[in-house]
Amino acid sequence: MKKQRRHVPQPASKHRTAVPDRPVVNITNLSYSYPGQSALTDVSISVSTGERLGVLGPNGSGKSTLFRILSTLLLPSEGGVEIDGIDILQSPDEGRRRTGIVFQSSGLDPKLTVAENLSFHGHFYGLSGVTLANRVHHLLQSFGLLERKDHRVEILSGGLQRRVELARGLLHKPAVLVLDEPSTGLDPAARLDFWQFLSQSMKEGGMTVLLTTHLLDEAERCDRVAILDRGRIVVSGTPAELKASLGGDIVVITASDPHRLAKRIRRELLIDGTVVDRELHLETKDGARLIPRLVKTFSASMEAVTIRKPGLQDVFLRKTGHQLGGTENDGEGGRG
Amino acid sequence: MNAALTLVRREVLRFGRQRSRMIGVIASPVLFWIVIGSGLNNSFQYPGGPQDMSYLEYFYPGTLVLVVLFAAIFSSISIIEDRNQGFLQAVLVAPIPRVSIVLGKVLGITALAVLQAGIFLLAAPLIVSGATAGSLLLTFLVLILVALGLSALGFLIAWSMDSTQGFHAIMNLLLVPMWLLSGALFPVSGSAPWVAAVMNWNPLMYGVSATRKALYGVIPGVSTELPSFGTSISVLVLFWILVVTLAVFRVQKRQRSSNPRKAVS
Repeated sequence: MKKQRRHVPQPASKHRTAVPDRPVVNITNLSYSYPGQSALTDVSISVSTGERLGVLGPNGSGKSTLFRILSTLLLPSEGGVEIDGIDILQSPDEGRRRTGIVFQSSGLDPKLTVAENLSFHGHFYGLSGVTLANRVHHLLQSFGLLERKDHRVEILSGGLQRRVELARGLLHKPAVLVLDEPSTGLDPAARLDFWQFLSQSMKEGGMTVLLTTHLLDEAERCDRVAILDRGRIVVSGTPAELKASLGGDIVVITASDPHRLAKRIRRELLIDGTVVDRELHLETKDGARLIPRLVKTFSASMEAVTIRKPGLQDVFLRKTGHQLGGTENDGEGGRG
Repeated sequence: MNAALTLVRREVLRFGRQRSRMIGVIASPVLFWIVIGSGLNNSFQYPGGPQDMSYLEYFYPGTLVLVVLFAAIFSSISIIEDRNQGFLQAVLVAPIPRVSIVLGKVLGITALAVLQAGIFLLAAPLIVSGATAGSLLLTFLVLILVALGLSALGFLIAWSMDSTQGFHAIMNLLLVPMWLLSGALFPVSGSAPWVAAVMNWNPLMYGVSATRKALYGVIPGVSTELPSFGTSISVLVLFWILVVTLAVFRVQKRQRSSNPRKAVS
């Protein structure tokens, strides 16, 4: 299922090869501090035209600060942000015209209808009259919202509200769409639906997308992922590259005393493991060959052994030394 | 300007869809007026003013201003919620001149406030002796000026607040005392010197005075006690310009990073 959907942004990738050298978003050495606490440190990210970049990080990693800088609400102490050739720190209004912002907490007015919300926001971007009416109609149509246009936003489902919010971000045909946790809080069907509309809009507008997320499945759907932890970018690459960097397999051992087991395995098999809760994770080229050796020597201390391909959560764990909090099976969320 | 008008339209549309808000804004001041007004009706005597003016009549202009104040307060509270999440945040990231955002919001709140005060103003002929169509119209225009100032003040305060709780504190410590010391409840002339001094510096005193003068017309005694109509109007206009200017500066400011060297990660 997931694999199929990842083919959707292909035309966008073609577009990208047409303009290979020009990143449409260029974030350089960005730092931001709140009083007594630094939120972002020396963050550099560039996104090419037509690319979908996901900034993956747990709550408190600095994602929201980055989002707020990109949406011109915060001014960093150091570094630069260029969107479509515009320095948005110097010329916020020029930047605002080129950027579509999709908030996690929707920017819609719940008391207004879908059509009112869209046309009001059209006014804010300098659209009016027939141009605006046509644009709103087109968006309502392509997002399957035509028969909802006179409904108040407050009575729509979360999925539909998010669709209207996306349409709102696209009204002025931005070069770059910036989204904050776009599918958080949506049920799986609505989430799938949202991604379909996002991909369709990217294709239609040759648009570039930068999104922040703490959800692995959202990150998996991006062309490239940058992992943000404690305000720093620790690694970036395509999801496939990142996972490939961990070698072949992850062997997961459940044990009553994983720390002791880790020590023994390190000593006897020369393999460094990582303890996660009651589990010990071992990265290895060929898990099927490691398991018999583990069973032979350590079977007494092991409760269960499983083998799986590495996912982005393993990349995160490896690069940061701790688990990505706030996922679906939210293990340990607590982190500074 | 297009954006500002859209913001005003939004405010009015929203209000039309939550008409229950009107109860809080009009009903409580009217209740105060009836209870306090009737309670003090016979104990009150306007120093230097007409002997036959009842307290209900004296208190009426102040109640009109209280309706405006309550309307401005309620709308300003919504700014806090709107700013941290939702509609207003989307407005802030749009390429709109910041002055249009301030004016759109302030004019929107003003429109609602005078609409509600206007409803209570319709009762004036029953309360104020000698009220004419002309005096009601003039009163209405004065109330617009009062509403502009209070909306701008509400906006400025709300913009700097993170929580609605903070706004309630300011409301109790600043906005309600401003009204108590505006001449709405008691005249300057009969007050202790320090209260009178505070009242003379209170912009809302000029709002209540102008409303009183517009409503009563020229009544001997009242006219000498209150600042002249021209002075009151000038103060109201200057106050509005000052607060709107401050608000525009406040909105323009993007939250800057603090000094990173002082920060610990």
